[in-house]
Amino acid sequence: MPEGNADIIGLSGAEKHFGAANVDIIRLDGAEKHFGAVRALGGVDFHVGPGECVGLVGHNGAGKSTLMHMVAGTLAPDSGKIGVHGGIEDNYSVSRAQKLGIRCVFQELSLCPNLSVAENTRINHAALSGLGWRRRAATLITAKLDEIFPDHGISAWDIVGDLSIGRRQMVEVARAFTVTQDRLDLVILDEPTSSLDAHTAGQLLAFVRRFVAAGKSCILISHVLGEVLRNADRIVVMRDGKVVVADAANAFDRDRLVTAMGGAEAHRGTMTETTKAEAGPLRVRARPARQADGKELVARAGEIIGLAGLAGHGQTDLLLAIFAAAQRIRPGIEVTAPVALVAGDRQSDGIFPQWSIAENIGIRSLARLRNGLLISPQREAELAAFWQQKIGIRTPDMNNNIFSLSGGNQQKALFARALGSDAEIVLMDDPMRGVDIGTKLEVYDLVREEARNGRTFLWYTTETEELDNCDHIYVFKNGRIVANLTRDELTEEKIIQSSFGDAA
Amino acid sequence: MTAASLDTTAKTSAERGALARARLLRGLLPALSLALVLLAIAWLNPRAISYFGFSLMLNLAIPIALATIAQMFVIAGNELDLSIGTFVGFVGCVTATWLKDAPLIGVVILLGSIGIYALLGALIHLRNLPSIVVTLGMSFVWQGLAILVLPKPGGKAPDWLLAIMSFKPPFIPFPIIAALLIGLVVHFGLMRTSYGVILRGSGGNPAALKRAGWSLLRTKIVLFALAGLFGVLSGMALIGITTSADANIGNGYTLLAIAGVILGGGEFVGGRVSPIGAVIGALTLALAASPLLTFMHIPPDWQVAANGAILIIVLAARVLISRKER
Repeated sequence: MPEGNADIIGLSGAEKHFGAANVDIIRLDGAEKHFGAVRALGGVDFHVGPGECVGLVGHNGAGKSTLMHMVAGTLAPDSGKIGVHGGIEDNYSVSRAQKLGIRCVFQELSLCPNLSVAENTRINHAALSGLGWRRRAATLITAKLDEIFPDHGISAWDIVGDLSIGRRQMVEVARAFTVTQDRLDLVILDEPTSSLDAHTAGQLLAFVRRFVAAGKSCILISHVLGEVLRNADRIVVMRDGKVVVADAANAFDRDRLVTAMGGAEAHRGTMTETTKAEAGPLRVRARPARQADGKELVARAGEIIGLAGLAGHGQTDLLLAIFAAAQRIRPGIEVTAPVALVAGDRQSDGIFPQWSIAENIGIRSLARLRNGLLISPQREAELAAFWQQKIGIRTPDMNNNIFSLSGGNQQKALFARALGSDAEIVLMDDPMRGVDIGTKLEVYDLVREEARNGRTFLWYTTETEELDNCDHIYVFKNGRIVANLTRDELTEEKIIQSSFGDAA
Repeated sequence: MTAASLDTTAKTSAERGALARARLLRGLLPALSLALVLLAIAWLNPRAISYFGFSLMLNLAIPIALATIAQMFVIAGNELDLSIGTFVGFVGCVTATWLKDAPLIGVVILLGSIGIYALLGALIHLRNLPSIVVTLGMSFVWQGLAILVLPKPGGKAPDWLLAIMSFKPPFIPFPIIAALLIGLVVHFGLMRTSYGVILRGSGGNPAALKRAGWSLLRTKIVLFALAGLFGVLSGMALIGITTSADANIGNGYTLLAIAGVILGGGEFVGGRVSPIGAVIGALTLALAASPLLTFMHIPPDWQVAANGAILIIVLAARVLISRKER
């Protein structure tokens, strides 16, 4: 960037950094942002150099997203400077960021579900126009998908709305790495693996390492701390709108990260508590619809049962079948107690967007909240207040709209809905996706406590670490149970082995 | 490992096959409903299936198809236009008066009305107003203007317009050729061009589009201007067929156009629309509206209700099929 250096010679203050031989791709100095009375960012210094992968961790609400929106140009700081490739940017915007080679994969999916994969690629590339643009777009995205996820099974003409959520995330990630006329130097990956299974997540992270080795840069935001520790060169920890620690990745371990984030104490190992004594009464006996052999899932009172395997291999289907069987008898499934479901996709399957937090919690328990023909607001408020206390929902008023909560707290409200009901069996459909570690640890404790009190949990998860909480793990493949492990037998290798092994 | 990935591929292709079938079924539904109506007509009155019969039965299908396309552009951007019917009536009145007597002024008025449509799009976007409210208000404005232009039924279509609309090509009746042409041109423009993708994307996920640096104000203006353009074409085509105008001539078109879009496989939100489907939907409605019911010896008093019943049946079939898709 010789011309970039020439421009800034003799400029004062913050710009001095930019004269260094190794020009930073992006540099923020003293970035501040307020939303009304809330301070989202309080004077953050942040930079990314060429050829490095920066891990960014912190609780939900620590300011990571706000900071990333500034880097990507979707939010302007109230005060502070942004410099890109050594030049100060006064009117930094999304299109400017695109021109300067900075892209972002946002946490919430930003594909158009009504368009095909190729058409979605066109949206990010003004250069894909004129004669033959469809073919060029298709070639571009297919090549990138092949490069990152070799066995992706996605066609450029698939309508995005028809793809599974994991495949959509693959398209979104691949699209961010496609190049036409603009340069590409930095890709921000915000929870890129939240909907991917272990196999595709591994493919993505390997690609990120290759990308960085080629001199480009990445910012990796993830709640899976192991992912950040293994793949980042440098880790930046945020808390309360500030950077609290920034250091080389190998200077961190899990415990130090968690401590720096200020979350609950890192308490791995606490789950090796007393093993279940004797078997309680049977709660669920279910055989997946496609199961050919005699394997079936058995859950007894007080047990936490894990459903593992690659994403989308029939775990959710079985949970939904069990849920349906609680209302109407179905062949092959036996359910002996009321059931509640904690949905994985809370935006589309969990939350009533127009309702308050209290109403969202009370909906599963209406029979108990009734006073004559009407719902008693008082009982609803009592139920909500009890669970606010117990599960720690952070809000000044449970009558606020559910969207006033952060993502993790919304998920807590959904847990409160299930746990506050009369359900003896709780089905969890990968509910901790994209939730911060502090919330997770609190919910894990609560689940174990409720299990001790005799509730049964069927827990589908894509995060192997969560399976440590389970008494029994069933591994799924192609809609069938292929392995049945107890907690003592559980290792990540075993799960991966069963997930990829021949289906018996 | 190899076995596993082979297995996955097999599963995916089966999955995709099922999805593709469901999508094909949804895509074919408009054509199937049209075929059903045609079969019924052929069975009731075989002589109607002829060059002359189609010319007669589908006569009014062209303006309906154009109004449906206009509505489709609005629906593609997640909005609804409740004023398209009275707008078509207004355009008809202008066509039968100014456009014949003082063509220059007529052209300016019609272009200006397209401009007003574009401004409405801008207003709806900038003030974040519900399009239903704005266009409902506008429907009374257009109606009032139409009555001002033509207080009593009358006026006369320009001769060149009459000549176009009474064009008799060999073998294939004009309305069918016109419908094909409208469908293909709009299909190319909206489904195949690179800016058409942006227009549909603005209905699918506006936030994503904005993040990618596109102007949502511009997409909304373009969509509404296109609606205005096709509304003008619809009004002109209508007067070319009826030869004279009436301020209330287009009032029924608002609901016909919405029904046509939905019948043609479109959805109210999400940017899922199909131009060819919309044209087929409009043809189906035009045939079901009166020829079919007349052949069934349903008295005119009951035709409107019977028309509604047909709509409910076809739309219910659509819902059933899309539910199967999930």
